[in-house]
Amino acid sequence: MISANLSAIFYLISGVLFILALRGLSSPETSRQGNFFGIVGMIIAITVTFLAVGNFSTGLLYVFVFLLVGGSIGAFIAYKIPMTAMPELVAGFHSLVGLAAVFVAISAFINPGAFNLGSPGNIKLASLIEMSIGAAVGAITFSGSVIAFLKLQGIMSGSPITFKGQHILNAIILISIFVLTYYLCATQSSNLFWILIAVSFLIGFLLIIPIGGADMPVVISMLNSYSGWAAAGIGFTLENTALIITGALVGSSGAILSYIMCKGMNRSFFNVILGGFGATEQSKSNQNKEQKPVKSGNADDAAFLMKNASSVIIVPGYGMAVAQAQHALREMVDALKKLDVKVSYAIHPVAGRMPGHMNVLLAEANVPYDEVFELDEINNDFANADVAYVIGANDVTNPVAKTDPQSPIYGMPVLDVEKCKSVLFVKRSLSAGYAGIDNDLFYRDNTLMLFADAKKMTEEIIKSL
Amino acid sequence: MEIDPFIFRLSIFILSIFVGYYVVWSVTPSLHTPLMSVTNAISSVIIVGAIIAALANSDGDVFANSSLFGFLAITLAAINIFGGFLVTQRMLAMYKKKKKDK
Repeated sequence: MISANLSAIFYLISGVLFILALRGLSSPETSRQGNFFGIVGMIIAITVTFLAVGNFSTGLLYVFVFLLVGGSIGAFIAYKIPMTAMPELVAGFHSLVGLAAVFVAISAFINPGAFNLGSPGNIKLASLIEMSIGAAVGAITFSGSVIAFLKLQGIMSGSPITFKGQHILNAIILISIFVLTYYLCATQSSNLFWILIAVSFLIGFLLIIPIGGADMPVVISMLNSYSGWAAAGIGFTLENTALIITGALVGSSGAILSYIMCKGMNRSFFNVILGGFGATEQSKSNQNKEQKPVKSGNADDAAFLMKNASSVIIVPGYGMAVAQAQHALREMVDALKKLDVKVSYAIHPVAGRMPGHMNVLLAEANVPYDEVFELDEINNDFANADVAYVIGANDVTNPVAKTDPQSPIYGMPVLDVEKCKSVLFVKRSLSAGYAGIDNDLFYRDNTLMLFADAKKMTEEIIKSL
Repeated sequence: MEIDPFIFRLSIFILSIFVGYYVVWSVTPSLHTPLMSVTNAISSVIIVGAIIAALANSDGDVFANSSLFGFLAITLAAINIFGGFLVTQRMLAMYKKKKKDK
């Protein structure tokens, strides 16, 4: 058993270690050390909690059992999960944090004595407010993440689900959460507490269903942020510094990522959250889809073009992840490098289904990270490159974003692929991208369409190189 | 008059938001996925609350109402802690620099 002051100091230390864990991610070299700091911080926090509670009865044995069960499940998932499933995994993990926050809030509500918060029916007002915030945000995080998970996994359709009066309904529910919290504090009624949690689950579900698949980077970052705020709410209830620090870190981290993602699409946060993007634009674009000439080619043409190029820029997108083409792509690049072609990769901030999705896949395929560039770093190089190889990306290359103020993606930063001498566009058909608009690039003179599965086409190109 | 301890916690909270803001902006975009998985892992420090809840009943009924929720939360948080840190480690191990020109 250690004193409250000593344990507070240890919690502070683990909070600082968590800050260092995030700091480490500023470069790949220091990142592994950062992760190690995070692990040490977690071990300190858990050990100190055991010592502070100082209860070494049979309950402790069960704590270890449950810790071990959860730990083995987590470790098993971590080793088995394919890198292409990372967005689903992160969404799934968010839901667990949310649910854990709800459970902790519930046990604090049932047994406030254990946390020094008063007695049942007579909980300190501040604690009750903090507890309600933690439980509500946790519940929203849980149900929202479950929906995001189902959408990413393809169990639920990725297209937005909208209905009449959706926004009004959501607004009413959100207001009711505040009203419930108020009455909960006034009456200390446990029924209201349960209703509050149930309503929060419902709103989390309703908030995410209207958001479409390609907006998932924003949703995942937002839920990441929520899981942090939920943890902070619980941290205030438990008067625990480690939790407060961590909650603030995670909360602001997720918020920044959402901001970066929104900026990558030139859309406001509210525009994304209100949802329905893509569904409404579809009909408009179908009308003016007259037959325009398209040049299409085969693997031999593509191999010929790239063989004779001096520099090639690769533009990967979500399609590469779906086709699992990252390994084939790297083999193709290796073959090109042997022929003295300079190759680099260009990554758009919202390529894929979560922040940094493409980078992880390329890293998995052993692509060195110093060949991979962000939009700002590489966009000027397209004018000097001979070939752009667009694999599984679409909207992020659409020049319409720069030319047509009527377009829903107007103003979105795009990769200047069309400035290359020639563009190879691997795609299964001419269908529109997520935004539901035609890609002007298909009809350019310097574009050669390669109609095939991304992986198959890349493999065929390797053969003809 | 003495300052309510809540104010101190609030100060820590606000300052941590600022620390988080500056630290996260310095994270390189190529590591944004590991950033999400590691923030996931560290937010599971909520397990400390779960442990307190689980061990609240010192004698007799180990799985009393409030403890039961504690045990459930421990399991969930443990999945996240182990899963989050390990998958981050697995990802970070893949990020390699270009080897010196062959």
